[in-house]
Amino acid sequence: MTGKLDLDPVLVARARELARRAGQPVVDLARSHTTVSVERAVLRLAGVAGADPDGIPWVNRLVDAVAADVGLGHGVAVPVFDALAREGITDVTLLAQKAAAGSVRFTQPTGRAATAARTAARRAVGAGVRRIDRRRAERDRLIKRHGDPLQRPWIYLIVATGDIYEDIPQAQAAARAGADVIAVIRSTGQSLLDYVPEGATREGFAGTYATQENFRLMRAALDESSKEVGRYVRLTNYASGLCMPEMATLAGLERLDMMLNDSMYGILFRDINPVRTFVDQRFSRQVHARAGIIINTGEDNYLTTADAVDEAHTVTVSQLLNEFFAHEAGLADWQLGLGHAFEINPEVPESFRLELAHALLARELFPDAPLKWMPPTKHMTGDVFRGNLLDGFFNLAGALTGQSILLVGMMTEAVVTPWLSDRDIALQNVRYVLGAAGGLHEDFVPAPGGFIRRRANQVLGEALDLLGRIGEQTLLTAIAEGTFGIMKRPADRGKGLAGVAAHEADYCNPATDILEGDAA
Amino acid sequence: MSATDAAKKIVRPYGDTTGDGMVQVSFTLPVSHDKRAEGAAVQLANKMGIDPAMVVHAKPMGDGFTFFVVYGRVNHLVDLNAVTVVERDFALLSAKDVNTVIKQRLRRKLSVVGACIGTDAHTVGIDAILNVKGIAGEKGLEYYRELKVTNMGAQVSVPELVETARAEKADAVLVSQVVTQRDAHLHNTREMSAAFREAMPAGRRPLLIVGGPRFDETMTDELGVDRIFGRGTTPGEVASYLVHALITQREAMA
Repeated sequence: MTGKLDLDPVLVARARELARRAGQPVVDLARSHTTVSVERAVLRLAGVAGADPDGIPWVNRLVDAVAADVGLGHGVAVPVFDALAREGITDVTLLAQKAAAGSVRFTQPTGRAATAARTAARRAVGAGVRRIDRRRAERDRLIKRHGDPLQRPWIYLIVATGDIYEDIPQAQAAARAGADVIAVIRSTGQSLLDYVPEGATREGFAGTYATQENFRLMRAALDESSKEVGRYVRLTNYASGLCMPEMATLAGLERLDMMLNDSMYGILFRDINPVRTFVDQRFSRQVHARAGIIINTGEDNYLTTADAVDEAHTVTVSQLLNEFFAHEAGLADWQLGLGHAFEINPEVPESFRLELAHALLARELFPDAPLKWMPPTKHMTGDVFRGNLLDGFFNLAGALTGQSILLVGMMTEAVVTPWLSDRDIALQNVRYVLGAAGGLHEDFVPAPGGFIRRRANQVLGEALDLLGRIGEQTLLTAIAEGTFGIMKRPADRGKGLAGVAAHEADYCNPATDILEGDAA
Repeated sequence: MSATDAAKKIVRPYGDTTGDGMVQVSFTLPVSHDKRAEGAAVQLANKMGIDPAMVVHAKPMGDGFTFFVVYGRVNHLVDLNAVTVVERDFALLSAKDVNTVIKQRLRRKLSVVGACIGTDAHTVGIDAILNVKGIAGEKGLEYYRELKVTNMGAQVSVPELVETARAEKADAVLVSQVVTQRDAHLHNTREMSAAFREAMPAGRRPLLIVGGPRFDETMTDELGVDRIFGRGTTPGEVASYLVHALITQREAMA
């Protein structure tokens, strides 16, 4: 701890312990359940690819067929590889096609057949994991060749036209203009699709569909840009919603570099079933850990729905929970892009000092995490001149408090999707602040006993109180009773519940076995 | 408009002197920055009625684009008497105001049931309106403390919808229809409104609202619904309409 806020290490340790206590029952739940999306991710690692003529992926058809015959609780890997052996074929996608046509029956084998199926499944899934390993090694090589950005924070820019072939030139132009990280926003509502669309896509609603082919196309384009600009340009997408495990898997296979992946966002903001979310999240984080992907968590969302001063401590609580779940799933500190945002009403007296206190609190609590600092959105009014000033202060707060990833704010937030000139003006704003004050965090030490230190300690205290209250019930009850935000999300409600199953005694998931075995 | 404004008939933009007509505009042209590009910016400004036009800032952006800031005197006049505005027939309220009106005047939560009916699996519309996440920077109806939202999701049958509306004592039913093949959205909407008419007497029926990108907003009578919302509708508009139709308007009629 760098000690700019004089935080009590006993309290900080206590906060982590309370987060662990709140999170552990959820981890136990995640370890004893599976979901359709986890099983589909396993099949993707085993090599099932493509979709039927209606666009339904073969992994969906195959998991549905297995679940109909033997249920989901054994895991699909053993029944699938058992059927493959009985059918005398080697191509899992072909098996999916036969299963969809109704010409294959699945059973849960026992004895030697079961052992053989387990071995075959582990071999196939292992090959998929090795493909992810190769992509990670490839990233390391490219970073070595092209280099990392020269400055911190890394500059993070969003593109989202709906058409991957329009996104590509925009992303390349953004990289040339100084972006270190490109995020492709997904089409509205993709998080609620219980399948991953296939192929290159040219239309979306306020965003571009996340598909394996779109991932591949954009990564290839940014590889060209990296060579051109002489630094490795990172690519971000979303592992959230109903297909979290598959998104994580596809990101690993296509060498994406960062993924948005929050522990509670889908539950609170998309009404996805809490159990489904926690099971999916754990698997997706294990894949991210293996793939060397940096996750970005979504604490900014709390501040857009609740008051950024009154609810500042919910950000800290969520960061601590996200950290616990991430560590448990094998992610290292350098992979934790914990989020927070500059969302205090600028009319509030001392709003900037409050922002500095909150931002510095996150920095001090998580000294080794690449914190993601997100710009004002709630108080951007359409007054673009004031918006540009507010973004300048946001950038300055980022520089003063040593943030790691800076999502570039647009003065036209809430007005239009950013124009070319909006992006240029926004980047000019960032460059000015980082150029003029990039090292100011060295000199910025809030006065002992002063406003910023007092405020940061107050927020930490409130976070401890909330964690204590959660610990008295359990995280699932807290979520059910609306402790986070105003949304009540009971564990037996929400989207995707039908796709959750408790493990049978013989549950087998070779992907989890490999990911956990190698992590241990 | 204040009394002094009403007395004026013709006005011009104001820079620092009455009647100077000064405006400031910024735009991008898809040309590389050089003398000719600045000339092009002046030409555009002239065509916009700005004459003389001063290019005060020109900046190249990437390959083949230049950003301009132009100040100048616009020769257009504004005739205040000729200004016409289309008024929304209900007031647009903030989330806070919506909550306050419901709390103080309805004195219970307002119950909303939403669904995509028929075979339509596109929940993007209903989710944009109902999910907390919302759309275009506006939070969805779930975010409103005084609204009780039941989102039934996609491919809901009409009898299921009627049953849920009854169980939830729905004040309003929101139906989203994106798929329009063979006018499915119109057939489904008529089927839905007929089912509600059959199942509940007039005074007890929830407000029926449909939304989707291909509806004609004037077809309410033909489809038997109370309101149609088209493309680009935000949750705030829907919430404001609910307050208008279920509280403000009913009080006015009572």
